[in-house]
Parts: sequence; C-alpha cells; structure tokens
Amino acid sequence: MSNSRIITNGRIIDPKNARDEEGDLFIKEGKIVETLSKDELKQAEKTDAKGLVVCPGLVDIHVHLREPGQTHKETIETGSWAAAAGGFTTIVCMPNTNPPADTAGTIQYILDAAKRAAVVNVYPTGCITVGRLGDKLAPIGSLKRAGVVAITDDGDCVQNNEIMRRALEYAKMFDLPIMDHCQDMALTRDAVMNEGEWSIRLGLQGWPAAAEDIIVARNVLLSEMTGAHVHMQHISSAGSVDIMRRAKQRNVNVTAEATPHHLALTDESIKDYNTNFKMNPPLRTEADRQALIEGLKDGTLNIVATDHAPHTNYEKDKEFDYAPFGILGSETCFAVSHQVLCEEAGIPLNDLIAWLTYKPAELLNLPAGTLNAGVAADVTILDPKATWQVNQNTIFSKSQNSPWWGQELKGKTVSTIVGGKTVFQNGQIIT
Amino acid sequence: MEWTRKDLIGIEPLSRDELETIIHTASGFKRILDRSVKKVPALRGKTIVNLFLEPSTRTKLAFEMAATRLSADVITVNADASSFVKGETLRDTAQNICALNADMIVLRHSAPGAAKYLSEIIDVPVINAGDGSHEHPTQALLDAFTLLEHLGSLEGKKITILGDILFSRVARSNIFSLTKFGANVTVAGPATLVPKTFESMGVTVVHDLRTALDDADAVMLLRIQHERQSSTHFPSLGEYTSMFGLNKLRASWLKPNAIIMHPGPINRGVEIDSDLADSKQSVILEQVTNGIATRMAVLYLCSGGSISALETPAE
Repeated sequence: MSNSRIITNGRIIDPKNARDEEGDLFIKEGKIVETLSKDELKQAEKTDAKGLVVCPGLVDIHVHLREPGQTHKETIETGSWAAAAGGFTTIVCMPNTNPPADTAGTIQYILDAAKRAAVVNVYPTGCITVGRLGDKLAPIGSLKRAGVVAITDDGDCVQNNEIMRRALEYAKMFDLPIMDHCQDMALTRDAVMNEGEWSIRLGLQGWPAAAEDIIVARNVLLSEMTGAHVHMQHISSAGSVDIMRRAKQRNVNVTAEATPHHLALTDESIKDYNTNFKMNPPLRTEADRQALIEGLKDGTLNIVATDHAPHTNYEKDKEFDYAPFGILGSETCFAVSHQVLCEEAGIPLNDLIAWLTYKPAELLNLPAGTLNAGVAADVTILDPKATWQVNQNTIFSKSQNSPWWGQELKGKTVSTIVGGKTVFQNGQIIT
Repeated sequence: MEWTRKDLIGIEPLSRDELETIIHTASGFKRILDRSVKKVPALRGKTIVNLFLEPSTRTKLAFEMAATRLSADVITVNADASSFVKGETLRDTAQNICALNADMIVLRHSAPGAAKYLSEIIDVPVINAGDGSHEHPTQALLDAFTLLEHLGSLEGKKITILGDILFSRVARSNIFSLTKFGANVTVAGPATLVPKTFESMGVTVVHDLRTALDDADAVMLLRIQHERQSSTHFPSLGEYTSMFGLNKLRASWLKPNAIIMHPGPINRGVEIDSDLADSKQSVILEQVTNGIATRMAVLYLCSGGSISALETPAE
C-alpha cells in the first residue's frame, strides 16, 4: 500500500479555516498535504467521497473508558472502537476509574494501554483531588508531567469551595484547564431525575436544576477570582446557560459543553422508568432543552461532548432507583446532534462540525480538529443524508445502555481515518 | 364491563369504568364477608406469593386475608428473610418464584416503578402493593369504595388530602382515582411536603388549613413519615401538629356530615387528634374492612375471574 492517499470529490468542511468546498483532500505519510506530486498521485490510494462530507476527525473531550478497573463495562480498546465508529479520532477520557487516575502511574498505564490497543488518539485527564474524594489536592503537577490534558473529579463535584479555589490557582500555574461536573450534593441526595412535573408524577426523588446552577455560579466566581480556565461539563439547565452567558459577557475564562442527549431528550422520557434514560445530570424540561440549543447558537456553550458512559445490561436492568447513571454516546453523537441541531433547529452543518472538531480541541490545547497542511491526517467522512437504525448487534461498545435502540437516525459515519490510516469503514473496525 | 388486565400496577393507566368494575366486584365480596361462611372457592388451587420487600402490617395482612378468603394458598416473603439481603436482584428473585409455579405475585417495594418493572419481566399477574412514593392502587380503590358508600357519588365533591403528599404513594394513587371520579381534590400541608408542582396533576394545592378544610365532603389524612424525611422537611412533630394537625376546631370547618379517613398507621396526637380518630365521623376502621373486599376483587379479577360468575356465588 502506498503511503499517499487522495479523498476525491467530497464536500470538504474545515470550520477552523472557514473552508466549505467540493474538492480533493491529500494525505502523505500520515499527514495532510496541500497536494501530491504526479508520481505520488498515480500511486495514491483513492477514496471517492462524492456526495459525502469530508471533515477533520471529530474530537470528544468527555468519555468514560472504564479502564483500569471496570473493564466489564468498557476497555480502552472497545471504547476507542466505539469512538471510531462515531467518527471520533481524538477522545479525552475521564479519571473515575478504579483506581482513580490520581497518580502519574495510573496515567502512564492509560497511555500505555491506549498505545497498545486504541484505534484513535486517547488523552487522559487526572483527578482534582486524591481519590476524587474532594478533600485533598491530587499531585496535579506530576499528573501534568505524566500527560494529562485537564483535571476533573467528573462524576463527583468538589463541594469544598476552598479546595476548589486552591485547585484552580494551582492548575493555572501549569496551564491545565479544570473540567467540573457541576452538582451540589446536599441538594441532590437520593435524587434520580429532574425535579419537576414528571418526578412528582412518578414518585421519583427530584434533582433541582438549582443544584447545577449553584456550582456553575461558584465556578464562574472562582474563575473570575483566580483567572483559571474552568470548563463546565454537560450543562443541562436553562439557569446554567444564563449564568454562563453573563459570565462570558464579562470575559470570565469559563467554557461549557452540551451533550447530545440533553439536546435531544427531556425528563418525560422517564415515564416508563426506562433506566437507559437515567443519567447525571438528569434530562430536564423542554424549556431547558431549548435553552441549551440557544446557548450553542450564540456561543454561550462552546462545544458538544458525549459523556459516553458505558454500563452493562445487568447493571442497568434494575429498579430505576438502583440502576447506575449514564448512557452510551460515542456512536450516536453525530447522528443525534445532526438530527436535533441541523435538521430540526436549522443550524448549519459547519457549526456542528466546529463544535465537534477544532473548538473542543482548542479548549484543551489538543493537536487536532483541523485539516491544516502538515497536521496528522485525522479525517472523518460523514454522510449527513444517510439514515440508519441504532442496533444492539452493530455497535462496538462493550455495553448496550443506549436510549436510542431501534430509532432511525439521520447522519452516519462512513469512514474514520487516524494518522492517514482507515480505522473504521463500512460498519467495520479495521485494526 | 369485563376486566381484561393481567396486572394492577397503578391507578393512572385505568379508566373510570375499570375502577368501577373493581369496586362493583369488591362490593359483591363485601356481602360474602358478612356471611357466616366467609370463604369462596374462587382461587382454589392457586398460589399467591406476597413479596413484601418493605415493612408493612396492614396491607400485608389484608392481602393474606383476601387470598385466604378466596381459598388460594398464600406465601409471604419478607425482605429481611429473603435473598434480597444477600444481594439477589428483583429479577432473579421473581424468576425463582415463577419457577416454583406461583400464580400471582403481590409486590411491596421501596423503589418507584418496581411493580411495572416486575410485570415486564414475568408472565404471571403482578399486583402493586405499594412502589416507593409512586402508587398504592389498592389503597386508592378501597378509599374510593369507602367514599362512594358514604357520599353516593364523588362528582363535584370537595375531597382534601392533608399531610405528607410529596413522599406519599397513597396521595398519588388517590389523586389519579378521585379526579377520574370527578371530585375536586385539594392537597394540603406544609410547602416542603406539598409542592405547587402537584397542580400539574389536576389538584388544588393549599397551605392554609381553613381554605383546605372549609366545606370539604371528606378529609383524608396521611401519616407523617418521619422515617423518610430527613429533618429538613419540617421543624418538628410538635410544630406540625400545631400548624397542620386535624383537631376538633379544624374538623368543624368541614361539611357537617363529612367523613375523616386515614390509610393508617395513624400517629395519634400528631396528624390527628386522638378523639377524632375514634369519633363517628371517622371511617378509618371501615377502610380496613373494605380493604379486604377490595383486595379480593383485585386478586380475583387479575387471575381471570369474571364479575358475572361472581353474581351467582358457587356456595
């Protein structure tokens, strides 16, 4: 096989470079190049992308790969397959593993496992506090040296404001962003779904939006005070969008993400107690959903990220109260987002691709997200018009906890190319 | 109308006709309970398992007695004596019970949605005897039965539910049931236990007892569940009684012939004045008696019994 490739006749969308045109994309020795010589062209592997979108490989800065320690749910290998099937070439994994990623050794393990088994680029995050327990700072400098791209106690939110303040000051010294899962624990004790008409009707313990908004506001104030970059994970409420909007008007160094499920679904989905709709933060109301879409449109929310959170069938197959929080996201992200944001809300495809490529990459300073000449050839070919049915038998994640089973979605990954090599094509992982 | 459902999961999915079918059947059984021979052979040879994974006295006894009166064999499994404490899941427990050829499961469980979940796993009928704060359908049915006996019709009647509404499955099932019967339902109590959001279920929410009780045709008191509320929902039982307890003065605001109900167990002197609980207006013990007939009706109908067969009792 030649080390040159040409992807012909695609609609090339590269939002960072404001590029949206029909054309050919050239790859040589694993990198994007402006063009190829005549000889190289002759030998190049050709891929016809007529009618398809050719864009930078997608970037997801919020996935749970469950390794080390919870490999019955997912592994770095299977999680990378799921990512590739979803068009992602770069993913950032969360540190709520077992043990938690709060030492350089665990980070080294994750990087080694990724090198050995992952088909996409994997970047780890480290914990803010030791054991994600919220009371003692993790060795943030050593974590940075070991290779983390951000710190977060995702899944558990640091409750002590003093610890959070010191974490921000300390991490800023290393130019490390802090990603926060915004949840006031006292307001959400025993809570399993959004507090509102549906929690009242179903008799389930409610989780008020204020429990998220309070921490978003806290983080805004501490970011303003310290100058550190705080990234708010999976914003789910209209109140949080409003707080973020006002913070950004004051140029506070805060950013935020929305997930496809919070953009697509509401708490009404829980009416049959289906645990594949149980996640943290919970699905909220239609007004919240609309506020998230508005937030993306006006730039209040910076990006889309999945919070891909695998759990086995036997863990999810329980009474609603007892099932764990979280759903799969990698493989359905583009389709769900495309359907909700582009097809229904009329947002241009280029914007969605920006939210899934260079914008998340820039938040964490990752070398990804563009088709600049000279960068690694991480490229995704998408068919926004293709419809497909989400099917348990054709997914690559080790778990099956998706709310989209049986649904027809519009927007499909055709192939995923990492460093010039195809890792996903025609529904198959190529290793 | 004929009953076609296998399970009784909640009041919400039922039509008014279906509610009336159960109550009509229950009144048939009530007549049998007045006879000297109180047993009918309707469920002879059937085995009913009461799977009670949360503490209960009244409901458990009522279901056991109802099954016995119908000549079923009945086995009760309590949480502390089951493999639940060893970590067995509800699915596995239920499948084991089915493998033992049980004909029906009556489930009491602390998790909302548990009965629905169970009914989707197994083929035998599932009767919900209370799922967390969600529903307690047989309680609402026996309450409607009792109310109808006293008030004739519930159309346009003012019925007030007073107490801990937020955590109460009895309140939810009664709201679904009483609104289907055309009653004007008021829910009352402290704002922490009676959030305004309940208005989305078609009831009036008030925190002022005078408004709640004035001219009411019936008041249904709910037990203050101190085991569920973590100190944050109201300051103390004493304060609750002084602000929201039903005493003689407050009872005088009701319509003269109004009835006082309580699903039990009552906290005398907390949500209800002790004398009032024993007064003529109180129908608390009638509720218990009607509870047997109502549960007989539910067990009978869900195991495929027809009302017409009941019209001419075999014995």
